[in-house]
Amino acid sequence: MSRRRWNFRYAGIFLAAAGLCLMIFGIFRGEMSVVFDKAVRICMECIGIG
Amino acid sequence: MAEKNTKKNSKKRKQISEWPRHRIQFLWALITNSYLAGFLQGKIYTGKLKNLCVPGLNCYSCPGALGSCPIGALQAVIGSRNYQWAFYVSGFLIFVGALVGRFVCGFLCPFGLFQDLLHKIPFPKKLKTFRGDRLLRKLKYVILILFVILLPMFLTDILGQGSPYFCKLICPAGTLEGGIPLVLLNPVMRGAIGWLYTWKNALLIAMILLSIVIYRPFCKYLCPLGAIYSVFNPISVFRYRVDKEKCTNCGACARACKMNCDPVKNANDPECIRCGLCKKSCPTGAVCSGWKSEKKETSHGKQAAV
Repeated sequence: MSRRRWNFRYAGIFLAAAGLCLMIFGIFRGEMSVVFDKAVRICMECIGIG
Repeated sequence: MAEKNTKKNSKKRKQISEWPRHRIQFLWALITNSYLAGFLQGKIYTGKLKNLCVPGLNCYSCPGALGSCPIGALQAVIGSRNYQWAFYVSGFLIFVGALVGRFVCGFLCPFGLFQDLLHKIPFPKKLKTFRGDRLLRKLKYVILILFVILLPMFLTDILGQGSPYFCKLICPAGTLEGGIPLVLLNPVMRGAIGWLYTWKNALLIAMILLSIVIYRPFCKYLCPLGAIYSVFNPISVFRYRVDKEKCTNCGACARACKMNCDPVKNANDPECIRCGLCKKSCPTGAVCSGWKSEKKETSHGKQAAV
């Protein structure tokens, strides 16, 4: 197995783990409530009215 | 012998069915849009599941949507007064992208399914490629940077809040999944429609007509979510491979690919939506996909690049 292939494989795993960490950080910052507040009201811009 | 092989290959091409994938797409679209009361009452789901993002482009103002659209959520947080960057949503996109790349586009996006079905409508001259096709595919990166990140971040109102400019000005999925059902079901919405609604419907109609002629035009040229996942295609854990020993360079995989990728040159092309047509079309079974690295499997393109 080439070294490059291993690098790709580990890069994917490392980035997935980094993504998970960022998600957790964002949740602790309270970003989830912004997403929730936006998503539970009809987004007038999204549907082309606002 | 060659004639026999050609006949065998053409028979195999005829047998390739996309319906197993479409069944998964349908099932996922149904699961993530299963709030039936929304369709009956012209309202949207307001439960706790809306805290979570779905991986595909699925408008959170769709009456049936149970989760949040990641592109809408990204703009909502970036455009909010309190946060300059959306770590939760960008982390989610990095996590999904690093695991499966554009597999999401091929299997888990309702708007992708919609375009897939539209492309099945017979048309005398389907366009596989055209002059400027490759260049036009860069447009989705411009849309991602400009409409999803920069404009919501910097073009703000006096309160410091930015609008979701991609949703507002471009996204045809929002019009299809949210705008049209809500306007039809909700009389208050009907009274509020204006030029923006007309513009977005015109865009949706253009996209529908284009989808009949060109395979997935929105995914190829406009989708910012596809742009994000495409960056992760070359390094994602789930990946495609071409077995050098089995491959006969017949070109069947490249001919079968509707996104105009050549798996022999690059099995994990950023444009590949991992629909699996190349795997099914390969007469020798040289194209495969999976989570694990196997010693015997090698990709021509990647090895050449080393």
